[in-house]
Amino acid sequence: MALFDKFKKLADARAALMATEPCPLGTRIDEVFSPTQGRIGDQEVILAGTNNYLGLTFNSDCIAAAHHALDAEGSGTTGSRLANGNYSGHQALEIELARFFERPSAIVFSTGYMANLGLIGTLVGPGDTVVLDADCHASIYDACRLAGVDVIRFRHNDPRDLDKRLGRLGDKIDSTLIIVEGIYSMLGDRAPLKEIVAVKRQHGGYLVVDEAHSMGVMGEHGRGLAEAEGVEADVDFVVGTFSKSLGAIGGFAVSHHRELDTVRLASRPYIFTASPSPATIASVRVALDIVANRPALRHQLWSNAERLYAGLAHAGYELGPQSGPVTAALLDSPQQAVAFWHALLEHGVYVNLVLPPATPGGRALVRVSVSAAHDTTQIDRIIEAFTTLKPMLSSSAKP
Amino acid sequence: MTRHEQILDCLMVHLERLSPKGGKLHADADLANELGLDSVNVMDLLLEVEDEFDISVPVNVIADIHTPRQLASAIEKIEAA
Repeated sequence: MALFDKFKKLADARAALMATEPCPLGTRIDEVFSPTQGRIGDQEVILAGTNNYLGLTFNSDCIAAAHHALDAEGSGTTGSRLANGNYSGHQALEIELARFFERPSAIVFSTGYMANLGLIGTLVGPGDTVVLDADCHASIYDACRLAGVDVIRFRHNDPRDLDKRLGRLGDKIDSTLIIVEGIYSMLGDRAPLKEIVAVKRQHGGYLVVDEAHSMGVMGEHGRGLAEAEGVEADVDFVVGTFSKSLGAIGGFAVSHHRELDTVRLASRPYIFTASPSPATIASVRVALDIVANRPALRHQLWSNAERLYAGLAHAGYELGPQSGPVTAALLDSPQQAVAFWHALLEHGVYVNLVLPPATPGGRALVRVSVSAAHDTTQIDRIIEAFTTLKPMLSSSAKP
Repeated sequence: MTRHEQILDCLMVHLERLSPKGGKLHADADLANELGLDSVNVMDLLLEVEDEFDISVPVNVIADIHTPRQLASAIEKIEAA
Protein backbone atom coordinates (compact mmCIF):
# COMPACT_ATOMS: atom_id res chain seq x y z
CA MET A 1 0.00 0.00 0.00
CA ALA A 2 1.40 3.41 -0.95
CA LEU A 3 1.78 6.10 1.68
CA PHE A 4 -1.48 7.95 1.11
CA ASP A 5 -3.65 5.01 0.03
CA LYS A 6 -4.93 4.46 3.55
CA PHE A 7 -6.66 7.85 3.49
CA LYS A 8 -8.64 7.11 0.31
CA LYS A 9 -11.65 5.70 2.14
CA LEU A 10 -11.84 8.79 4.34
CA ALA A 11 -11.34 11.14 1.40
CA ASP A 12 -14.03 9.37 -0.65
CA ALA A 13 -16.52 9.51 2.22
CA ARG A 14 -15.81 13.20 2.73
CA ALA A 15 -16.10 13.97 -0.99
CA ALA A 16 -19.46 12.18 -1.20
CA LEU A 17 -20.92 14.35 1.54
CA MET A 18 -19.11 17.61 1.04
CA ALA A 19 -19.49 18.41 -2.65
CA THR A 20 -21.18 21.76 -1.99
CA GLU A 21 -19.29 24.82 -0.78
CA PRO A 22 -18.92 26.03 1.90
CA CYS A 23 -17.67 22.80 3.38
CA PRO A 24 -19.12 21.89 6.81
CA LEU A 25 -15.84 20.33 7.88
CA GLY A 26 -13.17 22.97 8.34
CA THR A 27 -15.53 25.73 7.25
CA ARG A 28 -13.65 28.87 6.26
CA ILE A 29 -14.92 31.77 8.35
CA ASP A 30 -14.07 34.80 6.27
CA GLU A 31 -14.65 37.50 8.87
CA VAL A 32 -15.27 37.50 12.61
CA PHE A 33 -17.10 40.64 13.73
CA SER A 34 -17.69 39.74 17.38
CA PRO A 35 -17.92 36.64 19.61
CA THR A 36 -21.29 35.88 18.03
CA GLN A 37 -21.22 37.31 14.50
CA GLY A 38 -19.19 36.53 11.42
CA ARG A 39 -19.25 36.11 7.66
CA ILE A 40 -18.96 32.86 5.71
CA GLY A 41 -18.75 33.55 1.98
CA ASP A 42 -21.46 36.09 1.22
CA GLN A 43 -23.54 35.14 4.23
CA GLU A 44 -23.44 37.02 7.53
CA VAL A 45 -24.07 34.50 10.27
CA ILE A 46 -24.74 34.15 13.96
CA LEU A 47 -21.85 32.09 15.32
CA ALA A 48 -23.57 29.28 17.21
CA GLY A 49 -20.87 26.67 16.74
CA THR A 50 -17.98 27.93 18.84
CA ASN A 51 -16.75 27.21 22.37
CA ASN A 52 -16.72 30.90 23.23
CA TYR A 53 -18.99 30.34 26.22
CA LEU A 54 -18.38 33.63 27.99
CA GLY A 55 -17.74 35.66 24.84
CA LEU A 56 -14.30 36.76 26.04
CA THR A 57 -12.51 36.62 22.67
CA PHE A 58 -13.35 40.29 22.13
CA ASN A 59 -13.16 41.42 25.74
CA SER A 60 -11.41 44.79 25.70
CA ASP A 61 -9.38 44.12 28.86
CA CYS A 62 -8.12 40.76 27.55
CA ILE A 63 -7.18 42.34 24.24
CA ALA A 64 -5.44 45.29 25.92
CA ALA A 65 -3.40 42.93 28.10
CA ALA A 66 -2.45 40.87 25.04
CA HIS A 67 -1.43 44.01 23.15
CA HIS A 68 0.72 45.16 26.02
CA ALA A 69 2.46 41.77 26.33
CA LEU A 70 3.03 41.66 22.59
CA ASP A 71 4.74 45.06 22.70
CA ALA A 72 6.68 44.32 25.85
CA GLU A 73 7.77 40.70 25.33
CA GLY A 74 7.42 40.00 21.63
CA SER A 75 5.36 37.64 19.52
CA GLY A 76 6.59 34.32 20.90
CA THR A 77 8.87 32.69 23.43
CA THR A 78 10.65 30.48 20.86
CA GLY A 79 11.33 27.84 23.47
CA SER A 80 10.26 25.24 25.97
CA ARG A 81 9.26 26.02 29.55
CA LEU A 82 12.30 23.96 30.58
CA ALA A 83 14.61 26.10 28.48
CA ASN A 84 14.16 29.75 27.47
CA GLY A 85 10.36 29.78 27.33
CA ASN A 86 9.57 30.22 31.00
CA TYR A 87 8.57 33.88 31.40
CA SER A 88 7.30 35.47 34.59
CA GLY A 89 3.79 35.52 33.07
CA HIS A 90 3.71 31.73 32.72
CA GLN A 91 4.60 31.25 36.36
CA ALA A 92 2.23 33.99 37.50
CA LEU A 93 -0.61 32.27 35.62
CA GLU A 94 0.19 28.97 37.32
CA ILE A 95 0.04 30.66 40.71
CA GLU A 96 -3.26 32.30 39.77
CA LEU A 97 -4.72 29.02 38.51
CA ALA A 98 -3.72 27.26 41.73
CA ARG A 99 -5.36 30.05 43.74
CA PHE A 100 -8.49 29.99 41.55
CA PHE A 101 -8.92 26.24 42.03
CA GLU A 102 -7.84 26.41 45.70
CA ARG A 103 -5.22 23.72 45.08
CA PRO A 104 -1.47 23.90 45.68
CA SER A 105 -0.21 22.82 42.26
CA ALA A 106 -0.80 23.94 38.68
CA ILE A 107 0.96 23.39 35.36
CA VAL A 108 0.30 25.35 32.17
CA PHE A 109 0.52 23.53 28.83
CA SER A 110 0.56 24.90 25.30
CA THR A 111 -2.88 23.50 24.35
CA GLY A 112 -5.73 21.69 26.06
CA TYR A 113 -4.96 18.60 23.99
CA MET A 114 -1.40 18.65 25.30
CA ALA A 115 -2.60 19.13 28.86
CA ASN A 116 -4.23 15.70 28.67
CA LEU A 117 -1.25 14.21 26.88
CA GLY A 118 1.13 15.83 29.33
CA LEU A 119 -0.71 14.90 32.50
CA ILE A 120 -2.23 11.49 31.78
CA GLY A 121 0.56 10.36 29.47
CA THR A 122 3.09 11.03 32.22
CA LEU A 123 1.24 9.97 35.37
CA VAL A 124 0.62 6.42 34.14
CA GLY A 125 2.56 3.95 32.04
CA PRO A 126 2.82 0.27 31.14
CA GLY A 127 1.42 -1.88 33.95
CA ASP A 128 -0.94 0.88 35.15
CA THR A 129 -4.63 1.16 34.26
CA VAL A 130 -6.92 3.93 33.06
CA VAL A 131 -10.67 3.44 33.45
CA LEU A 132 -12.42 6.07 31.35
CA ASP A 133 -15.91 7.05 30.28
CA ALA A 134 -16.54 5.63 26.80
CA ASP A 135 -17.36 9.12 25.45
CA CYS A 136 -14.14 10.76 26.63
CA HIS A 137 -12.40 13.14 24.23
CA ALA A 138 -9.84 11.89 21.71
CA SER A 139 -7.06 13.69 23.58
CA ILE A 140 -7.66 11.39 26.56
CA TYR A 141 -7.54 8.26 24.41
CA ASP A 142 -4.40 9.58 22.70
CA ALA A 143 -2.79 10.26 26.08
CA CYS A 144 -3.41 6.64 27.02
CA ARG A 145 -1.81 5.46 23.79
CA LEU A 146 1.20 7.65 24.49
CA ALA A 147 1.45 6.17 27.99
CA GLY A 148 1.15 2.54 26.88
CA VAL A 149 -1.29 2.02 29.75
CA ASP A 150 -4.10 -0.56 29.88
CA VAL A 151 -7.38 1.20 29.00
CA ILE A 152 -10.73 -0.03 30.27
CA ARG A 153 -13.86 1.83 29.11
CA PHE A 154 -17.07 2.07 31.11
CA ARG A 155 -20.46 2.87 29.61
CA HIS A 156 -21.10 6.58 29.25
CA ASN A 157 -22.29 8.28 32.45
CA ASP A 158 -22.98 4.92 34.09
CA PRO A 159 -21.52 4.80 37.65
CA ARG A 160 -22.74 1.21 38.14
CA ASP A 161 -20.81 0.14 35.08
CA LEU A 162 -17.75 1.94 36.46
CA ASP A 163 -18.25 0.15 39.78
CA LYS A 164 -18.28 -3.23 38.03
CA ARG A 165 -15.11 -2.49 36.08
CA LEU A 166 -13.18 -1.10 39.05
CA GLY A 167 -14.23 -4.20 41.03
CA ARG A 168 -12.38 -6.42 38.54
CA LEU A 169 -9.05 -4.63 38.95
CA GLY A 170 -7.96 -6.06 42.31
CA ASP A 171 -4.62 -4.61 43.48
CA LYS A 172 -4.22 -2.71 40.23
CA ILE A 173 -6.59 -0.09 41.61
CA ASP A 174 -3.67 1.53 43.45
CA SER A 175 -2.19 2.78 40.17
CA THR A 176 -5.46 3.40 38.35
CA LEU A 177 -6.71 6.70 36.96
CA ILE A 178 -10.47 7.12 36.57
CA ILE A 179 -11.17 9.75 33.91
CA VAL A 180 -14.42 11.59 33.18
CA GLU A 181 -15.39 14.96 31.75
CA GLY A 182 -17.44 17.73 33.34
CA ILE A 183 -19.54 18.49 30.26
CA TYR A 184 -19.23 16.19 27.24
CA SER A 185 -18.51 18.17 24.10
CA MET A 186 -20.82 16.40 21.65
CA LEU A 187 -24.16 15.99 23.48
CA GLY A 188 -23.52 18.60 26.14
CA ASP A 189 -24.48 16.24 28.97
CA ARG A 190 -22.76 16.26 32.35
CA ALA A 191 -21.02 13.50 34.29
CA PRO A 192 -22.96 12.19 37.34
CA LEU A 193 -19.97 13.24 39.39
CA LYS A 194 -21.37 12.68 42.89
CA GLU A 195 -22.14 9.05 42.03
CA ILE A 196 -18.77 8.58 40.32
CA VAL A 197 -17.02 9.99 43.38
CA ALA A 198 -18.96 7.55 45.58
CA VAL A 199 -17.71 4.66 43.44
CA LYS A 200 -14.16 5.97 43.64
CA ARG A 201 -14.41 6.25 47.43
CA GLN A 202 -15.48 2.61 47.59
CA HIS A 203 -12.73 1.21 45.35
CA GLY A 204 -9.85 3.70 45.43
CA GLY A 205 -7.81 5.01 42.51
CA TYR A 206 -7.27 8.57 41.38
CA LEU A 207 -9.94 10.70 39.74
CA VAL A 208 -9.23 13.03 36.81
CA VAL A 209 -11.98 15.40 35.66
CA ASP A 210 -11.55 17.17 32.35
CA GLU A 211 -13.40 20.45 32.87
CA ALA A 212 -12.65 21.79 29.36
CA HIS A 213 -16.30 22.59 28.67
CA SER A 214 -17.42 23.24 32.26
CA MET A 215 -14.75 25.58 33.63
CA GLY A 216 -16.12 29.13 33.66
CA VAL A 217 -19.54 27.64 32.99
CA MET A 218 -20.43 25.78 36.21
CA GLY A 219 -19.88 26.30 39.91
CA GLU A 220 -20.29 29.39 42.05
CA HIS A 221 -16.77 30.57 41.19
CA GLY A 222 -16.62 29.00 37.73
CA ARG A 223 -14.38 26.10 38.74
CA GLY A 224 -16.56 23.61 36.90
CA LEU A 225 -18.73 20.61 37.60
CA ALA A 226 -16.71 19.42 40.61
CA GLU A 227 -17.37 22.73 42.33
CA ALA A 228 -21.03 22.73 41.33
CA GLU A 229 -21.46 19.23 42.77
CA GLY A 230 -19.45 19.96 45.93
CA VAL A 231 -16.94 17.14 45.34
CA GLU A 232 -13.71 19.00 44.63
CA ALA A 233 -11.87 17.30 47.50
CA ASP A 234 -12.45 13.92 45.84
CA VAL A 235 -11.10 15.02 42.47
CA ASP A 236 -7.36 14.41 42.36
CA PHE A 237 -6.63 16.21 39.11
CA VAL A 238 -8.53 18.80 37.07
CA VAL A 239 -7.53 19.29 33.45
CA GLY A 240 -8.77 22.19 31.40
CA THR A 241 -8.23 24.49 28.48
CA PHE A 242 -7.87 28.18 27.78
CA SER A 243 -9.54 27.83 24.38
CA LYS A 244 -13.16 27.77 25.50
CA SER A 245 -14.55 30.00 28.23
CA LEU A 246 -11.19 31.78 28.56
CA GLY A 247 -11.20 32.72 24.88
CA ALA A 248 -7.57 32.03 23.95
CA ILE A 249 -5.47 28.85 23.58
CA GLY A 250 -3.53 26.70 26.03
CA GLY A 251 -4.26 24.17 28.72
CA PHE A 252 -3.61 23.35 32.35
CA ALA A 253 -3.67 20.73 35.05
CA VAL A 254 -4.22 21.43 38.76
CA SER A 255 -4.14 19.11 41.74
CA HIS A 256 -4.24 18.90 45.48
CA HIS A 257 -1.24 16.56 45.18
CA ARG A 258 1.78 18.83 45.57
CA GLU A 259 3.80 16.26 43.63
CA LEU A 260 2.07 17.40 40.45
CA ASP A 261 4.91 19.85 40.08
CA THR A 262 7.32 16.97 39.44
CA VAL A 263 5.28 15.85 36.42
CA ARG A 264 6.68 18.73 34.42
CA LEU A 265 10.16 17.22 34.73
CA ALA A 266 9.06 14.05 32.91
CA SER A 267 6.23 15.22 30.69
CA ARG A 268 7.31 15.12 27.05
CA PRO A 269 4.32 17.18 25.79
CA TYR A 270 5.34 19.85 28.32
CA ILE A 271 9.06 19.74 27.63
CA PHE A 272 9.33 19.23 23.90
CA THR A 273 7.26 22.13 22.64
CA ALA A 274 7.35 25.90 22.80
CA SER A 275 5.49 27.62 25.62
CA PRO A 276 2.40 29.76 25.00
CA SER A 277 3.07 33.25 23.63
CA PRO A 278 3.25 36.17 26.07
CA ALA A 279 0.12 37.72 24.50
CA THR A 280 -1.84 34.50 25.05
CA ILE A 281 -0.73 34.24 28.67
CA ALA A 282 -1.58 37.88 29.36
CA SER A 283 -5.04 37.51 27.84
CA VAL A 284 -5.74 34.32 29.81
CA ARG A 285 -4.70 35.92 33.10
CA VAL A 286 -7.27 38.67 32.61
CA ALA A 287 -9.92 36.19 31.45
CA LEU A 288 -9.36 34.04 34.54
CA ASP A 289 -9.92 37.08 36.71
CA ILE A 290 -13.15 37.80 34.83
CA VAL A 291 -14.34 34.22 35.34
CA ALA A 292 -13.67 34.53 39.07
CA ASN A 293 -15.27 37.94 39.53
CA ARG A 294 -18.10 38.27 37.02
CA PRO A 295 -20.60 35.50 37.76
CA ALA A 296 -23.20 37.53 35.82
CA LEU A 297 -21.61 36.18 32.62
CA ARG A 298 -22.36 32.60 33.75
CA HIS A 299 -25.91 33.55 34.61
CA GLN A 300 -26.39 35.07 31.17
CA LEU A 301 -24.90 31.99 29.51
CA TRP A 302 -27.31 29.67 31.34
CA SER A 303 -30.26 31.92 30.60
CA ASN A 304 -29.36 31.74 26.89
CA ALA A 305 -28.76 27.98 27.08
CA GLU A 306 -32.11 27.27 28.66
CA ARG A 307 -33.95 29.54 26.21
CA LEU A 308 -32.34 27.76 23.26
CA TYR A 309 -32.93 24.25 24.62
CA ALA A 310 -36.58 25.00 25.36
CA GLY A 311 -37.07 26.55 21.92
CA LEU A 312 -35.55 23.61 20.04
CA ALA A 313 -37.43 21.08 22.17
CA HIS A 314 -40.67 22.96 21.48
CA ALA A 315 -39.87 22.82 17.75
CA GLY A 316 -39.81 19.04 18.06
CA TYR A 317 -36.09 18.29 17.87
CA GLU A 318 -34.52 15.24 19.49
CA LEU A 319 -31.90 16.84 21.73
CA GLY A 320 -29.14 15.79 24.08
CA PRO A 321 -30.40 14.90 27.56
CA GLN A 322 -29.65 18.17 29.39
CA SER A 323 -29.74 21.88 28.66
CA GLY A 324 -26.38 23.61 28.77
CA PRO A 325 -23.96 25.64 26.71
CA VAL A 326 -23.85 22.79 24.17
CA THR A 327 -27.12 21.58 22.68
CA ALA A 328 -27.02 18.75 20.18
CA ALA A 329 -29.87 18.09 17.73
CA LEU A 330 -29.76 14.45 16.64
CA LEU A 331 -30.52 13.69 13.01
CA ASP A 332 -31.19 10.54 11.04
CA SER A 333 -28.32 10.36 8.58
CA PRO A 334 -25.10 12.09 7.56
CA GLN A 335 -26.70 13.09 4.23
CA GLN A 336 -29.63 14.71 6.01
CA ALA A 337 -27.30 16.43 8.49
CA VAL A 338 -25.15 17.92 5.72
CA ALA A 339 -28.22 19.28 3.89
CA PHE A 340 -29.60 20.66 7.15
CA TRP A 341 -26.28 22.34 7.99
CA HIS A 342 -26.29 24.13 4.62
CA ALA A 343 -29.90 25.20 5.09
CA LEU A 344 -29.11 26.64 8.52
CA LEU A 345 -26.23 28.59 7.02
CA GLU A 346 -28.55 30.02 4.36
CA HIS A 347 -30.77 31.13 7.25
CA GLY A 348 -27.79 32.93 8.82
CA VAL A 349 -26.88 30.40 11.52
CA TYR A 350 -23.50 28.67 11.76
CA VAL A 351 -23.40 25.48 13.86
CA ASN A 352 -21.06 22.49 14.02
CA LEU A 353 -21.78 19.41 11.94
CA VAL A 354 -20.60 16.19 13.61
CA LEU A 355 -20.71 12.87 11.82
CA PRO A 356 -20.09 9.26 12.87
CA PRO A 357 -17.82 7.76 14.10
CA ALA A 358 -17.02 10.95 16.07
CA THR A 359 -20.54 10.96 17.55
CA PRO A 360 -21.96 9.03 20.50
CA GLY A 361 -24.21 6.21 19.36
CA GLY A 362 -23.13 6.65 15.75
CA ARG A 363 -25.79 9.34 15.11
CA ALA A 364 -25.27 12.43 12.96
CA LEU A 365 -25.81 15.64 14.84
CA VAL A 366 -25.64 19.38 14.65
CA ARG A 367 -24.03 20.89 17.69
CA VAL A 368 -25.30 24.29 18.73
CA SER A 369 -23.34 26.22 21.31
CA VAL A 370 -24.35 29.39 23.05
CA SER A 371 -22.37 32.23 24.53
CA ALA A 372 -23.03 34.76 27.24
CA ALA A 373 -22.44 37.26 24.44
CA HIS A 374 -25.49 36.12 22.43
CA ASP A 375 -28.42 38.44 22.94
CA THR A 376 -32.01 37.26 23.16
CA THR A 377 -32.71 38.32 19.58
CA GLN A 378 -29.90 36.08 18.32
CA ILE A 379 -31.07 33.10 20.37
CA ASP A 380 -34.58 33.60 19.00
CA ARG A 381 -33.23 33.82 15.44
CA ILE A 382 -31.46 30.49 15.92
CA ILE A 383 -34.67 28.92 17.23
CA GLU A 384 -36.63 30.46 14.34
CA ALA A 385 -34.23 29.00 11.76
CA PHE A 386 -34.50 25.53 13.31
CA THR A 387 -38.28 25.82 13.49
CA THR A 388 -38.58 26.94 9.87
CA LEU A 389 -36.36 24.10 8.66
CA LYS A 390 -37.93 21.33 10.73
CA PRO A 391 -40.13 20.06 7.87
CA MET A 392 -37.05 19.13 5.81
CA LEU A 393 -36.23 16.54 8.49
CA SER A 394 -39.52 14.70 8.31
CA SER A 395 -39.18 11.07 7.23
CA SER A 396 -40.89 11.76 3.92
CA ALA A 397 -38.65 14.70 3.02
CA LYS A 398 -35.66 14.02 0.79
CA PRO A 399 -32.41 15.55 2.02
CA MET B 1 -16.32 -28.34 23.02
CA THR B 2 -13.09 -26.58 24.04
CA ARG B 3 -13.08 -23.34 26.01
CA HIS B 4 -11.82 -21.54 22.90
CA GLU B 5 -14.81 -22.81 20.91
CA GLN B 6 -17.23 -21.79 23.66
CA ILE B 7 -15.81 -18.26 23.69
CA LEU B 8 -15.93 -18.08 19.91
CA ASP B 9 -19.60 -19.12 19.91
CA CYS B 10 -20.46 -16.36 22.40
CA LEU B 11 -18.56 -13.81 20.33
CA MET B 12 -20.49 -14.80 17.22
CA VAL B 13 -23.78 -14.06 18.99
CA HIS B 14 -22.61 -10.55 19.84
CA LEU B 15 -21.14 -9.97 16.40
CA GLU B 16 -24.34 -11.09 14.70
CA ARG B 17 -26.08 -8.20 16.42
CA LEU B 18 -23.33 -5.54 16.21
CA SER B 19 -22.08 -6.04 12.68
CA PRO B 20 -23.62 -3.35 10.48
CA LYS B 21 -22.67 -4.96 7.17
CA GLY B 22 -24.26 -8.01 5.65
CA GLY B 23 -20.81 -9.64 5.45
CA LYS B 24 -20.51 -13.37 6.01
CA LEU B 25 -19.77 -13.98 9.67
CA HIS B 26 -17.06 -16.56 10.31
CA ALA B 27 -14.23 -17.06 12.76
CA ASP B 28 -11.60 -15.62 10.45
CA ALA B 29 -13.64 -12.72 9.03
CA ASP B 30 -11.85 -9.37 9.17
CA LEU B 31 -13.73 -7.29 11.73
CA ALA B 32 -13.26 -4.04 9.82
CA ASN B 33 -13.10 -4.95 6.15
CA GLU B 34 -15.51 -7.91 6.03
CA LEU B 35 -17.87 -7.20 8.92
CA GLY B 36 -17.82 -3.42 8.62
CA LEU B 37 -17.03 -2.73 12.28
CA ASP B 38 -15.31 0.58 12.98
CA SER B 39 -13.04 1.16 15.97
CA VAL B 40 -15.94 2.36 18.12
CA ASN B 41 -17.99 -0.76 17.26
CA VAL B 42 -15.08 -2.97 18.29
CA MET B 43 -14.63 -1.09 21.58
CA ASP B 44 -18.36 -1.47 22.25
CA LEU B 45 -18.01 -5.20 21.54
CA LEU B 46 -15.31 -5.32 24.22
CA LEU B 47 -17.71 -3.80 26.77
CA GLU B 48 -20.10 -6.68 26.14
CA VAL B 49 -17.34 -9.26 26.15
CA GLU B 50 -16.07 -8.00 29.50
CA ASP B 51 -19.50 -8.40 31.05
CA GLU B 52 -20.15 -11.77 29.40
CA PHE B 53 -16.92 -13.28 30.74
CA ASP B 54 -16.49 -11.04 33.82
CA ILE B 55 -12.98 -10.03 32.81
CA SER B 56 -11.15 -6.84 31.91
CA VAL B 57 -10.07 -6.59 28.29
CA PRO B 58 -7.92 -3.50 27.80
CA VAL B 59 -8.86 -1.52 24.69
CA ASN B 60 -5.21 -1.43 23.70
CA VAL B 61 -5.22 -5.17 22.91
CA ILE B 62 -7.49 -4.64 19.93
CA ALA B 63 -4.71 -3.10 17.88
CA ASP B 64 -3.47 -6.65 17.25
CA ILE B 65 -6.89 -8.27 16.85
CA HIS B 66 -8.46 -8.48 13.40
CA THR B 67 -10.74 -11.54 13.56
CA PRO B 68 -13.20 -13.18 15.98
CA ARG B 69 -10.78 -16.10 16.36
CA GLN B 70 -7.98 -13.78 17.46
CA LEU B 71 -10.32 -12.08 19.95
CA ALA B 72 -11.36 -15.47 21.34
CA SER B 73 -7.69 -16.35 21.85
CA ALA B 74 -7.07 -13.06 23.66
CA ILE B 75 -10.04 -13.66 25.97
CA GLU B 76 -8.92 -17.22 26.69
CA LYS B 77 -5.47 -15.91 27.57
CA ILE B 78 -6.90 -13.24 29.91
CA GLU B 79 -9.13 -15.82 31.60
CA ALA B 80 -6.19 -18.11 32.17
CA ALA B 81 -3.98 -15.35 33.61
